[in-house]
Amino acid sequence: MKQGYWILAVLLSHWRRHPLQLTTLMVGLISATALWSGVEALNEQARASYDRAAAVFGGSRTAMLVGQRSSTFSQQLFVDLRRAGWQVSPVVEGRVRVQGRPLRLLGIEPVTFPAQAGSIPAIGASDLKSFITPPGEALVAPETLIALAGTEGAVLRTDDGATLPPLKARPQLAPGVVVVDIGLAQSILHLQGRLSRLLVGDTRGQLPPLETVAGDMLRHVAADAETDLERLTDSFHLNLSAFGLLSFLVGLFIVYSAVGLAFEQRMPMFRTLRACGVSSRKLNGVLLIELLVLATAGGLIGLVCGYLIAAALLPNVAVSLQGLYGARVSGALALRPEWWIAGLAMSAGGTLAASATSLLKVIRLPVLAAAQPYAWQQSQRRWLGWQGVTAAAMLVAAIIVLIVGASLISGFALLALLLLGAALALPVLLAFVLRIGERNSRQPLVLWFWADSRQQLPGLSLALMALLLALAVNVGVGTMVESFNKTFTAWLDGRLAADVYVNAVSDAQARDIEASLRARPEVTAVLRSGRAEIEIGGWPVEVLGLADHATYRDRWPLLESLPNAWADVRSGGGVLVSEQLARRLKRRLGDRLDVSTPAGDRSLRIAAIYADYGNPKGQIAVNIDAFTVRFPDLPRTRFGLRVPPGKIGPLIDDMREAFHLDESRLSDQSTLKMESKAIFNRTFAVTAALNTFTLGVAGVALLTSLLTLSHSRLPQLAPLWALGVTRRQLAGIEFLKTTFIAFITAMLALPLGLLVAWCLIAVVNVRAFGWRLPFHVFPLHLAELLGVAMLASLLAMLIPLVRLMRMPPAALIRIFANER
Amino acid sequence: MSASPKISRRAFAAGFAFLGFGRRASLAQNFAGLGGDASGFASVMPGKSFEFPRDHGPHPDYRIEWWYLTANLKDSAGERLGVQWTLFRQAIQPGPQRGGWASQQVWMGHAAVTRADTHRHSETFARGGVGQSGVDAYPFHAWIDSWQMRGHDRMSAMNVAPLEVNASSAEFSYMLRLQADKALVLQGDAGYSVKSERGQTSYYYSQPHFTASGTVTIDGKPADVTGLAWMDREWSSQPLASDQTGWDWFSLHLETGEKLMLYRLRQTRGEPYLTGNWIGSDGRPVALSPKTADMIPTSTTEVAGRRLPTGWRIIIRDRGMIIDTVPLNPASWMGTRFSYWEGPVSFAGTHRGVGYLEMTGY
Amino acid sequence: MVDMSSGMDEAAMHIPQAPMLAIQNLTKTYRSMQEQIAVLRGVSVQVGAGESVALTGESGSGKSTLLHLIAGLDEADGGSIRIVDTEVTALADRDRAAIRRDRIGLVFQQFNLIPSLTVADNLAFQSRIAARHDSHWQSELVDRLGLGDLLKRYPEQLSGGQQQRVAIGRALAVRPPLLLADEPTGNLDEATADDVTDIALDLVKRTGCAFLMATHSTRLAAKLDRKVRLSAGLIS
Repeated sequence: MKQGYWILAVLLSHWRRHPLQLTTLMVGLISATALWSGVEALNEQARASYDRAAAVFGGSRTAMLVGQRSSTFSQQLFVDLRRAGWQVSPVVEGRVRVQGRPLRLLGIEPVTFPAQAGSIPAIGASDLKSFITPPGEALVAPETLIALAGTEGAVLRTDDGATLPPLKARPQLAPGVVVVDIGLAQSILHLQGRLSRLLVGDTRGQLPPLETVAGDMLRHVAADAETDLERLTDSFHLNLSAFGLLSFLVGLFIVYSAVGLAFEQRMPMFRTLRACGVSSRKLNGVLLIELLVLATAGGLIGLVCGYLIAAALLPNVAVSLQGLYGARVSGALALRPEWWIAGLAMSAGGTLAASATSLLKVIRLPVLAAAQPYAWQQSQRRWLGWQGVTAAAMLVAAIIVLIVGASLISGFALLALLLLGAALALPVLLAFVLRIGERNSRQPLVLWFWADSRQQLPGLSLALMALLLALAVNVGVGTMVESFNKTFTAWLDGRLAADVYVNAVSDAQARDIEASLRARPEVTAVLRSGRAEIEIGGWPVEVLGLADHATYRDRWPLLESLPNAWADVRSGGGVLVSEQLARRLKRRLGDRLDVSTPAGDRSLRIAAIYADYGNPKGQIAVNIDAFTVRFPDLPRTRFGLRVPPGKIGPLIDDMREAFHLDESRLSDQSTLKMESKAIFNRTFAVTAALNTFTLGVAGVALLTSLLTLSHSRLPQLAPLWALGVTRRQLAGIEFLKTTFIAFITAMLALPLGLLVAWCLIAVVNVRAFGWRLPFHVFPLHLAELLGVAMLASLLAMLIPLVRLMRMPPAALIRIFANER
Repeated sequence: MSASPKISRRAFAAGFAFLGFGRRASLAQNFAGLGGDASGFASVMPGKSFEFPRDHGPHPDYRIEWWYLTANLKDSAGERLGVQWTLFRQAIQPGPQRGGWASQQVWMGHAAVTRADTHRHSETFARGGVGQSGVDAYPFHAWIDSWQMRGHDRMSAMNVAPLEVNASSAEFSYMLRLQADKALVLQGDAGYSVKSERGQTSYYYSQPHFTASGTVTIDGKPADVTGLAWMDREWSSQPLASDQTGWDWFSLHLETGEKLMLYRLRQTRGEPYLTGNWIGSDGRPVALSPKTADMIPTSTTEVAGRRLPTGWRIIIRDRGMIIDTVPLNPASWMGTRFSYWEGPVSFAGTHRGVGYLEMTGY
Repeated sequence: MVDMSSGMDEAAMHIPQAPMLAIQNLTKTYRSMQEQIAVLRGVSVQVGAGESVALTGESGSGKSTLLHLIAGLDEADGGSIRIVDTEVTALADRDRAAIRRDRIGLVFQQFNLIPSLTVADNLAFQSRIAARHDSHWQSELVDRLGLGDLLKRYPEQLSGGQQQRVAIGRALAVRPPLLLADEPTGNLDEATADDVTDIALDLVKRTGCAFLMATHSTRLAAKLDRKVRLSAGLIS
């Protein structure tokens, strides 16, 4: 034990004498752990939020009975089913506004609430009596409590004037949800005696069939293993995870080079230790302990940084998830112990993986071998051939996956294969370029320049691979985001064609509004519209009813269309289909689409396919008259207005005053556009932030590699110095070489990045979201990234170069002495 | 001297299950939680004149109430089995009765079947006010979910017969027809059941004279059964005293046609308190003097992680009775939200017969 | 605490007759692809307690190989090496490491100090990992080696002679029965070499250990008690 302590002390003394090395190792460990754990924390937070939501929804994780014909049904059906032996529990649901804030009001019946839908204590009604007896309790998430500026026990009123029971915070609840006893909910929502759904618990023996008890009033919805939210947001989280893992790998590159350098420099120390009577086993054991100590220290700091990253990104992630999927994610980061343990395990595992080659070398260390620090690089050169073959195999596999695969996972596999294959091919390509340079040079110093660059390659290749990956991913994601931005603006203009959108409270009010608008000359068109929800092929689909008007004909974002698309739609026989729905149903232009509506089934011809970015649901658009016929019971309260730009503000003010319409019922196009853009910007802000981190980490990787090299390359430089090349010149040559190699790498990263962008846009996005963006190349963006990459390389070179220029001649002389 | 501690105990079972939702805490703690607001409920007063069928129905002003049936049966092969059917009512708040979901009544049903080698139980809960559970006095009908106890059109209000009882769960179901040729029995002092020193009381009557026949299905295997059954009806508002830890309660059918109700209340201070009623073959109840009776545990069984006295010697000196009871199935554990032991027993000695034993607070 | 120095003197006076190091008929052959080189072809040497023996011979005559075999850094093909009472050739790597740690002091031409440790820590570390650290002995060593002013320096701040004195101090810190030196003055100028050799011999007398030093310098070899010459794999 004591012996181990002294050996450890000797090993650690190295780091005390080489603080920069320790710093780079730590930076590697910290950045690897921080980015990975930060992303994991975000994902975990989001998933925990879905669970909270699901627990309250009694959502798709529980089997349910829902109304067949309308959204609510008589409470008597609940009693009838219970009396027939069905283990059902009633739920009533609706929306209320409190202080202008929309909330989801959920009425539950805790006594019959099935345990598998979230037990009562889990939901929080631990004191059943106070929950079900007057005045009752309104259970909300702590965030909602804060948002409502309420304290526990406060009594709030809805904007309609109904009184909510006293508030009580329950951390298990999802934000934006208020849970009250069913009776209270019925009265607040004016749904006395009505229910929204019945949760089905474990059945008790033989049950009479649903129809014999409830006739055709109810429909059974089977339980899903995962929530809708989870399914919808999977791709988003997969994206984040992919970034997290990539950063982790890049971080490990740094760890690898720092550990490699430290081991290389300590080889003589290890030999001396062995000579002084430390057994090989003991030495390796203590080395392992040293690595784990470093990994734990780095991992802990990394976890703290990861927490900070996650906390910084969480608001953006939360907004994205809500904007894209309507998923509410709580804004306060709460982490489980498992997260810390997993983070430390990743850090330790990564460190050991990155140190494996170095450790193996020490295990095989012959006590007597002469100092040959470059032996391992020699052997690496032999691997170059194999690496080329592996790279080629991976790229071939990537092509196969592209052709054969259809799932999102295979999309990411394609990306992984492409990136790894390219990274592995990089040293081979660079060696090839350098050899060409070497063959075409005559002057000795230039020849030496090429030859030495090539000799330097194995030591730099890992860092260059990291740089290549980081750059390529940056280019890829950047191009995707820019493409999206560009497309999105045009698309929004088309989709939000009307200038003002109105949704009246009732049909009667709609008629009044319409009449008053006809009297205003600045309103050039009043376009009736409709919106309904149906299912096609088991997928939720929105049906839009559009007026036949130039506003839509000119601006609707059609991707492809038949010649007489709009005439087809006007006649009622044609339908416009969103891109995602068409892909999902594998329908093309001109195919038939069966649509079942309350007024019966109809087969429509697909007249055009249009872009509907960011919508997780499918969507179709039909003529408004056909819509009205098909959905006769729907209120006719929606319309869009065309108004000249300068007159929109006054019109909205007037209407708000005259008809008491709030923002949810009366909105202007520019506000809607702003909101939509904000949501998407924040979505991509997350990716962009992670991107920057990754690039930074790659820069650090390059720096550490250069530091490693600069130290071990002195023996190569010393003879040149002895031959009369000044230190400044030497530094200049080193600078040129590294810049050149980094430049070639960056140049190779650009086409690779565009390929990555194409994969993201044409493969991953399509499989994840169902829509495909037009592919744009942004030369300015590419130039900018190239500049950033070169700047990162320059910064990375700075320290080693300054060191070289300032190196005292004695240090160079000593190299001769020691190498004897 | 009557069954009031049992009232409290069972009320506690119901109340605890609802208010605490399965959290096990000491009796005293829960009792303290319940004690404060008992004042607003109707109190049990002596001299009540019972009226049937009205009193078969619920008494919502009282805090707790139940309809409790146990049956000792035999199948066609002569194998013995037992059936339990219980409906508990609890008012969780005093005051005027509210309708709909606002009703302060909460209901709980327990059902069990017991054979020598199997014991199956089930429970269910309901809010009052919407029809999921309730009791009508006339025509008599007590129900929760699909479990029910229903009087025939020609039901005699005094005999509480004929009745039909059924319950079912994933593992078992039963349907029994109950007949009785003798009238129900008012326990205690004409149905006013007084407690000991602590001043707790209940209204309490029983129908111990049922004969039963029907079908019991356990794990998919049906059996035709016949036998004897016993129904208890109690309602009260008073809670249990803080030092009372549980009781051991017997309802016994003697082969002579006589019936014996006997229980022992365990308390942390002092000796267990014994009381009971001897019901003659003419149906007339006579209160037992505590000094002449003894209940002595003779054997114990480990069930659900606790040790219970499942074998007993019962001595009633002024009746010349010395009997030993044996459980049909020592593992008759009701693993419900509030758990207890309830199962059929048989006895021999100076008298022979069958009955039910209930043990709580272990 | 026992007065270690007096105990030491006593040990030096009662020199046991059995040699500290006894080598019998040692053979070692290196094999490469093309040929076999018999470096040692049956070498026998004995070194007694307090005795200093110079191992001379041409470059490549096998001096280093012999020292490495004695130190257990390499394995012999045949013959026997006894250090005090232990047969080294029979031991596993782990036990050979323990012998090195506890019974052998090693001094190399390249000094082989740990660059990240101070002089004081370099001096102490072998005795520390051997759990035989003795601060009295350590300070005596510092005095005798003349390192008193250099204790807080790092090896790179020392001259070659100073570094080698530290290496000798480290080797003798555990008071090993056997001190092995492989061309310890090879990197030093003549005056320094004499100086270092004298200090080493002084310490050998002081500790009573057996001292075997490989050197190609006849001048230095003459300073030692006895001289054996290795030639063509045999002692001549």
